[in-house]
Amino acid sequence: MTFHGNKAVPEKQEITFLYKSHELPKSTQKEQQYEQLNRVIRQYSNEPGQLIRILVKAQEIFGYLPEEVQAYIAEKTETPVAEVNGVVTFYSLFATEPKGKNTLNLCLGTACYVKGAQELMNALKDRLGIDEGETTPDQLFTIRSTRCIGACGLAPVLMVNEEVHGKASINDIDKIIEKYRGKGEHFENSQH
Amino acid sequence: MERQEFSPGPIVKKKGQLYDNPEKKVEKINLIIDGKKVAAEKGMCILEAAHMNGIEIPSLCYLRHINEIGSCRVCLVEVEIKGVKTLQASCVYPATEGLVVYTSSPRVRRVRKTMVELLLSDHHRECTTCVRNLNCELQNIADNLGIRNIKYTGEMKTIPIQNQNSFIIRDYNKCIKCRRCEAICSKVQEVNVYSGINRGYDTVIAPAFMQDLSQVACITCGQCVIACPTASLTEKECLESVWEALEDQDKYVVVQTAPSIQVTIGEMFGYPVGTVVTGKLVAALRQLGFKKVFATDFSADLTIMEEASELLERLKNRNKLPLLSSCCPAWVKFAEHFYPEFLENLSTCKSPHEMFGALTKTYFAEKEGLDPGKIIVVAIMPCTAKKFEASRPEMGTANFKDVDWVLTTRELARMIRQAGINFHDLPDEDYDTPMGIASGAGSIFGSTGGVIEAAVRTAYYFSSGQEMDLLDYEELRGFSGLKEAWVKLKDQTIKIAIAHGTGNARVFLDRLKAGEQFDYVEIMACPGGCVGGGGQPIFGTREHKEISLDYRHNRADALNRIDYSKELRRAHENPAIKKIYSEFLKHPLSDKSKNLLHTYYTPRGKLPELNQGDIKGHVAGQVKVNMPPQDDRLIYQ
Amino acid sequence: MNILKIRSIEDLKAIKTKYHPLIKQRLGHSNGLGLTQILVCSGTACSSSASQALLLELEKEIKLRGLENNVRLIKTGCFGFCQHGPIVVVHPGEIFYCRVKPEDAKLLVEAHLVNGKIIEKLLYREERTGAKTSQIAELDFFKFQKRIVLSNCGVINPEDIREYIARDGYFALAEVILNQNQEQIIDIIKKSGLRGRGGAGFPVGKKWELTAMQDVTPKYVVCNADEGDPGAFMDRSILEGDPHSVLEAMAIAGYCIGANKGYIYIRAEYPIAVNRLETAIKQAQKYGLLGENLFNSIFNFDIKLRLGAGAFVCGEETALLHSIMGQRGEPRPRPPYPAQEGLWGKPTLINNVETYANIPVIFRKGWEWYYGHGTATSKGSKVFSLAGKIKNTGLIEVPMGTTLRTIIFDIGGGIPGNKKFKAVQTGGPSGGCIPEKYLDLPIDYESLKETGSMMGSGGMIVMNDDDCMVDIARFYLEFTQDESCGRCTPCRVGTKRLLEILKRITAGNGEMEDLEILEELSYDIRDASLCGLGQTAPNPIISTLRYFKDEYIAHIRDKTCPAGVCKNLLEFVINEEQCIACGLCAKVCPAGAITRDPKQTYRINPEKCVKCAACMAKCPKQAISKGTVRPNKEVITDGATGIFTGSDSQEERATL
Repeated sequence: MTFHGNKAVPEKQEITFLYKSHELPKSTQKEQQYEQLNRVIRQYSNEPGQLIRILVKAQEIFGYLPEEVQAYIAEKTETPVAEVNGVVTFYSLFATEPKGKNTLNLCLGTACYVKGAQELMNALKDRLGIDEGETTPDQLFTIRSTRCIGACGLAPVLMVNEEVHGKASINDIDKIIEKYRGKGEHFENSQH
Repeated sequence: MERQEFSPGPIVKKKGQLYDNPEKKVEKINLIIDGKKVAAEKGMCILEAAHMNGIEIPSLCYLRHINEIGSCRVCLVEVEIKGVKTLQASCVYPATEGLVVYTSSPRVRRVRKTMVELLLSDHHRECTTCVRNLNCELQNIADNLGIRNIKYTGEMKTIPIQNQNSFIIRDYNKCIKCRRCEAICSKVQEVNVYSGINRGYDTVIAPAFMQDLSQVACITCGQCVIACPTASLTEKECLESVWEALEDQDKYVVVQTAPSIQVTIGEMFGYPVGTVVTGKLVAALRQLGFKKVFATDFSADLTIMEEASELLERLKNRNKLPLLSSCCPAWVKFAEHFYPEFLENLSTCKSPHEMFGALTKTYFAEKEGLDPGKIIVVAIMPCTAKKFEASRPEMGTANFKDVDWVLTTRELARMIRQAGINFHDLPDEDYDTPMGIASGAGSIFGSTGGVIEAAVRTAYYFSSGQEMDLLDYEELRGFSGLKEAWVKLKDQTIKIAIAHGTGNARVFLDRLKAGEQFDYVEIMACPGGCVGGGGQPIFGTREHKEISLDYRHNRADALNRIDYSKELRRAHENPAIKKIYSEFLKHPLSDKSKNLLHTYYTPRGKLPELNQGDIKGHVAGQVKVNMPPQDDRLIYQ
Repeated sequence: MNILKIRSIEDLKAIKTKYHPLIKQRLGHSNGLGLTQILVCSGTACSSSASQALLLELEKEIKLRGLENNVRLIKTGCFGFCQHGPIVVVHPGEIFYCRVKPEDAKLLVEAHLVNGKIIEKLLYREERTGAKTSQIAELDFFKFQKRIVLSNCGVINPEDIREYIARDGYFALAEVILNQNQEQIIDIIKKSGLRGRGGAGFPVGKKWELTAMQDVTPKYVVCNADEGDPGAFMDRSILEGDPHSVLEAMAIAGYCIGANKGYIYIRAEYPIAVNRLETAIKQAQKYGLLGENLFNSIFNFDIKLRLGAGAFVCGEETALLHSIMGQRGEPRPRPPYPAQEGLWGKPTLINNVETYANIPVIFRKGWEWYYGHGTATSKGSKVFSLAGKIKNTGLIEVPMGTTLRTIIFDIGGGIPGNKKFKAVQTGGPSGGCIPEKYLDLPIDYESLKETGSMMGSGGMIVMNDDDCMVDIARFYLEFTQDESCGRCTPCRVGTKRLLEILKRITAGNGEMEDLEILEELSYDIRDASLCGLGQTAPNPIISTLRYFKDEYIAHIRDKTCPAGVCKNLLEFVINEEQCIACGLCAKVCPAGAITRDPKQTYRINPEKCVKCAACMAKCPKQAISKGTVRPNKEVITDGATGIFTGSDSQEERATL
């Protein structure tokens, strides 16, 4: 410390960045994830307008987009943080909260709606005790609704993770919840 | 309906240039507005064409060259063009030869009313207790349109007000999403703090993660406050604290006024823009009860003495050039966030009002035999950044703060009204001495180019012992965003530059980074300099609503008139300044000067603080700020 | 294998000659190939019904019997008969099988391939005649269609560019590059009368001309594949079934307007289409049909994909451009139009997928041929996606001018369960509901507008008496409100207020003044909004008010929902005669609203009932039904005890 008059002045002013790339935290999983993210950013940085693509890939890596990741991407792509956050909150695809192990994604497009999708949604909410967009306390299920996925011939449609269950019924929902609760893991069999 | 061919005009994109280039070639066209044939310029939008001809189309989101997005839908007009069936926003629709426009047909009036009703249905209508009461653009349009009953009632936003910082308060419930704050912060200031967050009805115009402005890289310049048509963005008031101090018999309250206040405060009492009301300003302050009414112009002269000396020292040693001015705290914060590599180029001089405060509590206290602990220094400033500056730890000592309270021009006007003072009837009075004596050089600090011009007058004298002949540098005046000039001192020619608006500062600093050489640079964060500061009067009344920032010209001209009118035009000739050096400071850059009048800076980084401190953004739509951190990764150093 | 780049029409012809016999067989010509081709529909709908698993099973069975040399398995695009998928067509013979499950693979291979027997149970039974038919062309569903844009879907493998070439693919591009200039191309398209298929129906030739006229470079060609309308999947099927048609068209467009770069903006919710496009682009590049010096000329053209991220508003031109540039998808005012200032401020041509899919056909078959289809103002054909309360949901293509009746009853098979047609919604959330009296309306852009609806992108949702029109309007407004970008006042706040009023009405709290407010506000929003989303958002309200005002009045004045949909206006009633007092309903009731007096049957307390229908689902005797409450408190039930109505066959009905 030197003294400037009677004020203490710190010796050297370090530029304070919260996320220096060589100072990643201890946990290996996080390190790997940030390394993957670095690769993604490098890959897409030279094309204009690829912020959305980078964010999509980042969400694939981290599972969702926490503030730290958004700030990191803003820093690395030299975009204002507010702009990145504005883009993240604009598009439905981006989640700023972690998702449950299994996403129950119900289509509420017109065709499905007309075939009773709203009742299915109510049943989902009722059975799991959470609202749309929320995750169960045991982190097993997240309820989401989606816009039309184009399988209108099979309305109403419920997607469990990546699998499409056409002509879904409340009974199906009960069965699915039971199965995943019992197994507690990602459901393999995709047959309806 | 006649078929009209139209060729849309070019989109106006100005970087580094906020005001029209007077040499721009214009092509005249004619169009028909409300049955009248009017003349306009090619490339104008309908709203400007009408404005040029005295037809005022109500608007909310439009701000010339800054925000031309046609989003509020209040300025809608009917145009007769084949294939165009809906109403068009006159602030973006191009005026073309022969275009027929109706600005007030029954259809237009009905739809316009609906638009304002919709806005009001989502607005916290607490006008009687609102800061912008009687000066709110939304209020005035509602009154002009004669809205008595809002048919569309429903959900309203109820987001907690963010008022935890010392400079700007954000009330999302009054926001009408005009995006003017976003536009001025991104396009003009290029700080990019605001963005639209969320979508649809849940949209808010907020910093990232809806944090408080103190948590993000906001430079506190307050341009967004000037741009806001409602009370969504306002300055953090400290009137009550000042009243308390004034009413405290124990305290000795001293007030200083910034150079530009004397040409702007009149506007709050109905005087035309650019009226000089110095005498009345002083009288009002005295009536309010301040023991001494001083002028920051005085300490501006002091700043000149210190800074000119600093300049010559650096020129002699040829190090840390260019010297960057430091009297603008918003610019200083900007440098701390975005250009920390130039911090060492900044002049170590404090800004004038802080110098003033420091001297008041030492030199003045000594002279008058007062206990510095009982002195309260109030500064009337044209900006919100000074509020933040006054709270900086380095501005003061362990025992006292240099400046205790900073009031904006607007706040002072409110105080004057609160006291029941009739501004128009006030006599002209003079500032107190000694710290009220100022040269013209100090006064022009308030407009862009003024600081450098003032400093040069003194630097010339210091370097040569002679007075400069040319006192008025025409090249340095004027509102072009970035100005450069060569200035002849006695034995050397220095290259100077002036930038105002931090967007222009960026342009300039990037050039510096690329290797260009300059000797002395003045940077003002606000476009126009302090006359356009974030604390200056805002025009939202029925009689006076501005759709551009051009009025700042008039204010700057007024300051120049003050300078011309003074006999004393050089800082080093100010007898009070001479006295302070001989009695107290000894000479510029002395140890005492360095102690009281100089400061240091802190690099701050661009990223927001996440999930820390007591200030947390509100949960709105999809953005949840109060997320538990996944692990303890949040490092602070 | 070294792939030679295609440099001339002769090169194209060579490939065509080689692969044409395969295609010919699929078009019905038996040509002694000694080869059997099995086409399995691989669109999203059939894929989610396990058509991919079916493919694997078929492969296994074929291998098992050592038939690999004589049988080809081909993935193909959407046939459009989605209600009855997975679809399998066997050539020679064009034998059309429907609802083929993976378990049927063994039977298919054994019976049909080995023993040459047609499998009766997998054939489609025509509702009208009751007879089973094995030929596609004979099916009513296909008889009335004119598949111009969809001509390759169901015939070629979308993942093999050579099959596309064998059907004259890329010949149009060659012709255009080698033998024509800008003016000629524009002239042909203008003369053909093609109008934009994305919804607005703007003359395509004019748009190309405007963009070509601009004297600024670089220029861009953009394809709008952000098919956001719920219930619409035309573009998706085209991209999954015939992606090269779009690529070829974009290259032609690029040549015409002077652009070298193309972008396809496709929504992220279409993973299969994205895959097919990526494959197609790679193949085209490999064969030199995209990239540099196409056909040895100085013209370069390449295409990149950009994915959406879940925003309906990004289907709007200017919002789409902002999204491609990585920004929030907020529209901006026009002028300037994208043709003048688009991507990064440069002239950009944006057209819809289906619009592009029409282009190669116009050049191949000539503008006069194309002009010969359709009505006076709307030329060519249109792809529609049929959904809702209709027997044959799926994808169809008919010439403009076909009547709604043909589409809904002849092609669509009519309303299932013998219910009555009520209305058809066209144009998605931007369109309106068309009632029965317009069933004989020949469809084109203008005629639909006059009914208060619009063509839109081609979604058609059929509704019957079990659909409450007020609820439908509310549904669409909820969608629009959620998807509004928030930029302009009328759409951001206005649609919210409209939705609030509709919610009140469907909850039973409406007032008669609300109708007036709804109507006025709807017209004002239409007049004032910045972009198409806001301008058309009130359409469902305006059109349902126009044709179904009585339903609104019933909700408001009588507090009833005639269709039996709006929960708050319904009552659940236990039929005393059927109740066996098992008490299961009372147990499952979340509100404790079901009780009984001793020795009595159970009764539902309407004050406590939250209308969740759990009791209805649980009752083993199906003794609980819902009905509308008349003003005299009489509850009229419709007897149906299933929650999900609109289907007749046992397997489609919800199992309760």
